[in-house]
Amino acid sequence: MDKLLLLGDEAIAQAAIDSGLSGAYAYPGTPSTEITEYVQKNKIAKERNIHSEWSANEKTAMESALGMSYAGKRTMVCMKHVGLNVAADAFMNSAITGVNGGLIIVVADDPSMHSSQNEQDSRYFGDFAMVPIFEPSNQQEAYDMVYEAFDFSEKFNVPVLFRITTRLAHSRAGIVLKKLKDENKNSFPGDLRQFVLLPSIAKKNYRILIGNQARLEEASEYSAFNKYIRGDDKSIGIIASGIAYNYLIENFEDGKVPHPVIKISQYPLPSDMIRKLYNECETILILEEGYPFIEYKLTGVLGDKKVKGRLTGDLPRDGELNPNHVAVALGLEKPIEEKQAEILAPRPPALCPGCGHTDVFLALNEVMKEYGPGKVFSDIGCYTLSALKPLESINTCVDMGASITMAKGASDAGLKHAVAFIGDSTFTHSGMTGLLDCVYENTAITVIISDNDTTGMTGGQDSHAEHRLHQICKGLGVEEDHIRSFIPLRKNHEEALKIIREEIEYEGVSVIIPHRECVRTLERKHKTNVKVGKMK
Amino acid sequence: MKTDIILSGVGGQGILSIAATIGTAALQDGLNMKQSEVHGMSQRGGDVSSNMRVSDKPIASDLISKGKADVILSVEPMEALRFVSYLKPDGWLITNSKPFKNIPNYPDIEGIYDEIRKIKNHIIVDADSIAKELKSLRSSNIVMLGAASPFIDMNFESFKNALRAIFGKKGEDIVAKNILALEKGREFTMSKINK
Repeated sequence: MDKLLLLGDEAIAQAAIDSGLSGAYAYPGTPSTEITEYVQKNKIAKERNIHSEWSANEKTAMESALGMSYAGKRTMVCMKHVGLNVAADAFMNSAITGVNGGLIIVVADDPSMHSSQNEQDSRYFGDFAMVPIFEPSNQQEAYDMVYEAFDFSEKFNVPVLFRITTRLAHSRAGIVLKKLKDENKNSFPGDLRQFVLLPSIAKKNYRILIGNQARLEEASEYSAFNKYIRGDDKSIGIIASGIAYNYLIENFEDGKVPHPVIKISQYPLPSDMIRKLYNECETILILEEGYPFIEYKLTGVLGDKKVKGRLTGDLPRDGELNPNHVAVALGLEKPIEEKQAEILAPRPPALCPGCGHTDVFLALNEVMKEYGPGKVFSDIGCYTLSALKPLESINTCVDMGASITMAKGASDAGLKHAVAFIGDSTFTHSGMTGLLDCVYENTAITVIISDNDTTGMTGGQDSHAEHRLHQICKGLGVEEDHIRSFIPLRKNHEEALKIIREEIEYEGVSVIIPHRECVRTLERKHKTNVKVGKMK
Repeated sequence: MKTDIILSGVGGQGILSIAATIGTAALQDGLNMKQSEVHGMSQRGGDVSSNMRVSDKPIASDLISKGKADVILSVEPMEALRFVSYLKPDGWLITNSKPFKNIPNYPDIEGIYDEIRKIKNHIIVDADSIAKELKSLRSSNIVMLGAASPFIDMNFESFKNALRAIFGKKGEDIVAKNILALEKGREFTMSKINK
C-alpha cells in the first residue's frame, strides 16, 4: 500500500481534508504551525476552496471555527498549548453550545518547552470543558483519529479536543490514507437558539453536556484507540497514554510487554478498564507525556501507594519522557547520565545576521544607557532572543501582547521611561487592545512595534499588520505627531537614536514603527521569484 | 535490519535535506521510518538535531535512546560531540571537519578534533572541500550522507533514487551533482575503512 511521508502535523491536516474539512483556522505557533500550512498548500484543499487563511489570534480562530460549525460544515482550529489560553473563553463555551458541523480543536503541547514559555498540559482544559480528548500515540493513529473525530463530534454534539505533543507533531512517518469524503452541505442547527448562551438556555445545554458524560465514557471503554492488552506478569500493570505508549513498546523486543497494559488515546478515562487493571495487578505504573493528569485522577489528595508515576518520582516530574525514563521506572535499565566533553560550548539560538530587530536594539540599548536598566518590556517573537548575549536588551517576556500592558502597569506604578518592544504580528494578535488602554489614560509609555512584515519565529507566515500599523495606531487614538517610523539599518542609526530619545522624553503615548522586512522571508521570496518568475 | 541515526548541525545547514533523502529512500524500499526534527526557536542559528530511525520492523519511539544510536552524522564538528552520549559503544561517528563559527567562544578546533578522535569509530570528512572540487558547495551535506552511507543498512542505489525524486524538479544538472557528491562521500569513507 502506498504511504505518504508526513509530519504528525501534516498527517492531521491530510486526515481533516480527507474527512470532509471545509475550513481550518489558526494562528501560527510551534509545534502546531505545519497543520495549517499543509492545508494552505494542498491541491484538494485548493480545489475545494477550503478555508485556511491565518487568523489574527487563537480566539478569533476558535470563534470563526465555531461559526463554521454553526453553518453545518466540518472545521478544525489549530494552536499551540498557550494559544488555548487565548482561545479559552470561546473554547469553554463551545462545550456548552455544542456543535452543528463537526468541530476539532487541535492543541499541540510542548513538554520540555523547546519553543514555549511553559509546558501546560491541554488535557486539563479538555477535562475542564467536559469535552472528549483524543490523544494519538503515533502519526498513523493521528491520521486515523482525526478521520474519526468529525463523525464523533457530530454524533455526540460536542467539540473534540485533539491533543498532540512536540514529538508527534514534528516527527515524520509513512502514512496510509483513507478515502476522500465529501464536505458537509450547509445547514442550520436543529434549534436556532442552541448557540444563544443566555442563562436559561446555557443551563439547559450544560445539563445536556453533563448528561452526555456517561455516554462519552462508554465510548472511551469501547474505543478502538483505547486497548486493554493482556500480560502474564501482574506485578505491575501499566497505563500508557498518547506518545508515552511508544516509549513503553520501544523497551521490549517485538513490542511484547509481559505486563498487562492499558493504552489510552481517548478520554474521558475508561474507568471500568482502569478498575480492572487496578484489581488485577500489584502496582500500577502510569506513563504520560505532560502533567501527571491520569495519575492524579487515580490517586487524588489521599494518594495510593500502589500507583506510581511522575508524582511519586518514579518518572521525572517535568519535561518530556523518553524510552530510558520508562526503562528506569520498570527497573530494566539504569538512568543514563549526560556526559558531555568539557570543550563543548553552548550554541544558543540567535537573531539572524542582517535582522532588522538587531538594528533597533542597538539604537535602543544606546538610548537606554541614559535612562538606566530594567525598563524594556518585551513580548513573544524572534526579538525575545535579545534577552541573551550579545544584546541583553529586554527585561520581560510573558505572553502575547504583555509588553505593552506590563509597561503600562509599571508606568502606572511610577516607573519612568517605560518602553514596550513588540513585533508586528504579536501586536495585531494581542497588542492593540493594550495600546487602547494606554491611549484611554494617556499613559507615559513608548511602544516600539518592530515591523518585519511577517510572523518570523514560526517560519515567516503572513502578518495581519500588512503595512497598516500607522493607520491602526492612529485609529486607536495615538496622536499623529507621536507615531514615528524609521528604517532599521546601520546607516540610519543616528536617526533612530534621535527618534527613540524624543519619544521617551514625551510624557504620553508614543509609538515608533521601525520597518524592514525579515531577511528570511525576503530570501524565500527571491527563491520563489526565481522559480515561478514573479513576485507577490 | 535497523539503523538509528542522530543527525546534528546548526540551524540552516541542511540536515533536514539529509533526513528527507534517507526517509524517501526508506519508503521506496518499503521500510518503516520515523524522523523527528526541530522547528521553531532553535532554528535561529542554534544547534539542531534530528532522530532518524529506519527498520524493516515497526518502529515505536520517535526518539533514539541514549547509548543506542548506530550512527551520529554531523555536518559540523562541535555539534557531533554534543550527541556522543547517544552513540552505541561500537557505533560510528561521521562528521564534517569544517567548523561553523557563529558564537564568540567557539573552542579551539584542534581540541574538538582530539575529542572526536577519542571515539573508537570515527570518520572526519572535509566535505566542504570535496563539494568545492565538484563545483557544488551546497551539496556538502550530501557528501556527508555519502560518507555515512556504509554504516546505514540500506541499499546505496536507493539513496540515488531518492536524490532523483527530491531534486528532479530542479533539473538534471542538480541531480547529477548531488549523486556525484553522494558517491565521492562514500568513496572517502571506503578508502579510510579499507586501509
